[in-house]
Amino acid sequence: MATAQHFGRTGCDATPVLRERGQREVFCGLTGIIWLHRKIQDAFFLVVGSRTCAHLLQSAAGVMVFAEPRFATAIIEERDLAGMADCNDELDRIVDQMLLRRPDIKLLFLVGSCPSEVIKLDLSRAAARLSVKHGGTTRILNYSGSGIETTFTEGEDACLAALVPGLAADASAKPSLMIVGALPDVVEDQFLRLFDALGIGPVHTLPARRAGAMPPVGPNTRFLLAQPFLGETARALEDRGATRLDALFPFGAEGTTDWLHAAAQAFGVDAMQFRRTIAPGRERAKRALAHARPLLEGRRISFLPDSQLEIPLARFLAIELGMVPVEVGTPYLHRRHLARELALLPAATRLSEGQDVDRQLDRVRADRPDLTVCGLGLANPLEAEGLTTKWAIELVFSPVHGFDQAGDLADLFARPLRRRDLLRV
Amino acid sequence: MQLTVWTYEGPPHVGAMRIATAMEDVHYVLHAPQGDTYADLLFTMIERRGKRPPVTYTTFQARDLGKDTAALFQTAARDAYARFTPGAMLVGASCTAELIQDDPAGLVAAMDLPCPVVALELPSYQRKENWGAAETFYQLVRTLAASPAPNRSNARPTANILGPTALGFRHRDDVIEVRRILNALGIAVNVVAPLGATTADIARLPAADFNICLYPEIADTACRWLAREHGQPVVTTVPIGHGATRDFIAELAALTGIDPAGACDPGHLPWWSRSVDSTYLTGKRVFIFGDATHAIAAARVARDELGFEVVGLGCYNREFARDLRAAAALYGVTPLITDDYLVVEEAIQALQPELVLGTQMERHIAKRLRIPCAVISAPVHVQDFPARYSPQMGFEGANVLFDTWVHPLVMGLEEHLLTMFRDDFEFSDMAGASHLAPLPVAPEPALQAVSPEVAPHPAPDASAARVWSADAERELLKIPFFVRGKARRNTERFAAERDVATITIDTLYDAKAHYAR
Ligand code: SF4
Ligand code: SF4
Repeated sequence: MATAQHFGRTGCDATPVLRERGQREVFCGLTGIIWLHRKIQDAFFLVVGSRTCAHLLQSAAGVMVFAEPRFATAIIEERDLAGMADCNDELDRIVDQMLLRRPDIKLLFLVGSCPSEVIKLDLSRAAARLSVKHGGTTRILNYSGSGIETTFTEGEDACLAALVPGLAADASAKPSLMIVGALPDVVEDQFLRLFDALGIGPVHTLPARRAGAMPPVGPNTRFLLAQPFLGETARALEDRGATRLDALFPFGAEGTTDWLHAAAQAFGVDAMQFRRTIAPGRERAKRALAHARPLLEGRRISFLPDSQLEIPLARFLAIELGMVPVEVGTPYLHRRHLARELALLPAATRLSEGQDVDRQLDRVRADRPDLTVCGLGLANPLEAEGLTTKWAIELVFSPVHGFDQAGDLADLFARPLRRRDLLRV
Repeated sequence: MQLTVWTYEGPPHVGAMRIATAMEDVHYVLHAPQGDTYADLLFTMIERRGKRPPVTYTTFQARDLGKDTAALFQTAARDAYARFTPGAMLVGASCTAELIQDDPAGLVAAMDLPCPVVALELPSYQRKENWGAAETFYQLVRTLAASPAPNRSNARPTANILGPTALGFRHRDDVIEVRRILNALGIAVNVVAPLGATTADIARLPAADFNICLYPEIADTACRWLAREHGQPVVTTVPIGHGATRDFIAELAALTGIDPAGACDPGHLPWWSRSVDSTYLTGKRVFIFGDATHAIAAARVARDELGFEVVGLGCYNREFARDLRAAAALYGVTPLITDDYLVVEEAIQALQPELVLGTQMERHIAKRLRIPCAVISAPVHVQDFPARYSPQMGFEGANVLFDTWVHPLVMGLEEHLLTMFRDDFEFSDMAGASHLAPLPVAPEPALQAVSPEVAPHPAPDASAARVWSADAERELLKIPFFVRGKARRNTERFAAERDVATITIDTLYDAKAHYAR
């Protein structure tokens, strides 16, 4: 089967990384709430922050969501800044008001923001206090999604890491598998079916769809990260004795194969059975990718930092579709979790971590890639300059993992190019 | 603290961004944490601008806090000047930077940049977006338009059009429409600002004979200052609606001594509204909410030009509460001045209007309550920055209003048929107004119980506890859905006042007779 070794060791793992400091055109971790609140169906996310935080949430997401969302902001006001004691009373009042409106909520996250961090509002104490008060009906946890500490998808990492200490202890002698990362339900179901067919079980997911169904964890837990941005969560799981299975991330036919293979090996699945079980999915993925290949092969692509998905996606596009990564920027480079990915990136790829947006845009203009992956603040301006873009957020908001999404994932990159060729205006 | 599901306005620094982005050569250096650059996409996505907003953010992170965030700010300001060489620079803090107290004003003063610098004081924990925009525009005008006009030529009267900004609801087309009126009257436009203006244009503001305060939320403070400092009179009628447009023209005519006839245009609204097809619009109960300017203008159009009954009127910007209260008195309704979405939701639920005219937020509410709705004011989403010409102001604006507001209502014949034959399997009233969601969308699990008649909130009075007999309940269902909520409420109130324990068919019709309109 195709695993990392088959592609040789010409990769990027030793390439120096360009590290820049300057204006970072990225989201804060609060944005994770937008998909997390859909995934965990009885959870509510209460941001303790400013009007800016509330405005961010509704600008980035709220406008797309007409149904009443399971998130809100407790906006700190002038008088809250005057006295700390009042701030805690106020928070209690807001939580009461919120839970009265939504009695169906079983898990409440108090989400820290830049203002709440800067004024050192102790939300973990508040969560503990309120958990006692609402004990029996609603669990209350806390994490920070502030911009000063987290970038975009790191909000999910912080949220999941906050769940870990409360997971039930798994003392059973039999190994179990945990898939870590909030995946779209359809993708999660596909993976669960595959593991079942491989005879791997029990398999749990973190997060689960309901607060009461979160997985247990213990020394016999083996976990697979489904997303590259879960450093803190991985560490918290390791603290509880669980073991991470090293693998490529499950993007494309090769990435998915490698990811499944890591679990198959850990659970002693016979090589023949593994190949037989994944063959149909793998073949389907390859067929689907073949459609997109003519449009993408040989095209040069740059990634601006956004979600930490950049490196695995660049690997997928390079290895499976023949694209040429020019610059791959990431907000944060987790070397250990990405070692295998880096080894597969073409050696000429320019890697960058962090950002000075004006300088990075100068490089994009000089490079003139065929496709630039960037955030919504930059996409239309770059289009207006004649550069074709793929807006990065969609990569987090679409089912892209696994065999049966490989074609869709490739299509996300092909579509802007196809559109550019199609339009006669 | 305030529990906020949706917010009507962003923080004040977003208002400042709207001024900077509207203008041509102003750059804004904003001390803000990493993440606050989200605001760029308001302009690049919702307004679909093809240029990045002229904003440099310091985007500090936690690891910077222990060190010198002030130096970070100065570096950002220096780099921004070198890269963009603006005609003027705005500097300020976002809500988080306000807490760390780096004093952008002092820092930038010490740097001695070679362009005018306006240091903004925008208290983020007290004020909001519109205030931030008004204050920023005022400070820019004060700084750049301090010297008096050399000599005003008397050849033909000239006006400044003040108030349109970036991310303004229909500002682009309103300006075109107002220019058209001025043109017809022979009034020259000196400067339109801030939208499309340069710093040099701002310096030329005093050269006009008078100012048109198109959007008081943005331009009122600046107009008052210009009136005091340069003696420029201000035209204050906001030309939204047929009547208001005529008043606007009359005000211009009175100020300049020009014959107003040249600008008068019958428009289509008066005839459309008088044509018999519109008769069924008479007395439709409408709830209006938005920024004060748009809400007040909409109320006049609704009652005087479409024949609706205004049953609720409110605004979210306290700065104009006085004007809104005065308008509410005209329509005999209780003014609703709040920025709390939940309060607005409660008011709509209690009033059970047949049409809601509001913002993006009221669309959420109306959708949930299955009430037809049209958008009249910011905040709005991408679909309300349309490609086609669609002003709110002037005679063409009145045409647009007529179409937009009538569109969500069930058409007249459809309304009759729904009342006469209730059991048509396709054409049933649960399908709602024809322009609402065509298929019932799967409700969120938590909202399953919510429908206009099963309120999530306790009803305002205890009458909800009264029992409906099965007959009466069935009879109630024969009333078309768009007035059913009101019928239920009236009947319950009627029963409560008379201490009727069980509501029967007779109670229902007694109440109907009692409240007959
Ligand atoms: S958490 Fe920080 S970066 Fe995010 S919206 Fe709030 S203030 Fe801005
Ligand atoms: S992606 Fe575009 S349409 Fe969707 S919410 Fe953002 S701005 Fe609106």
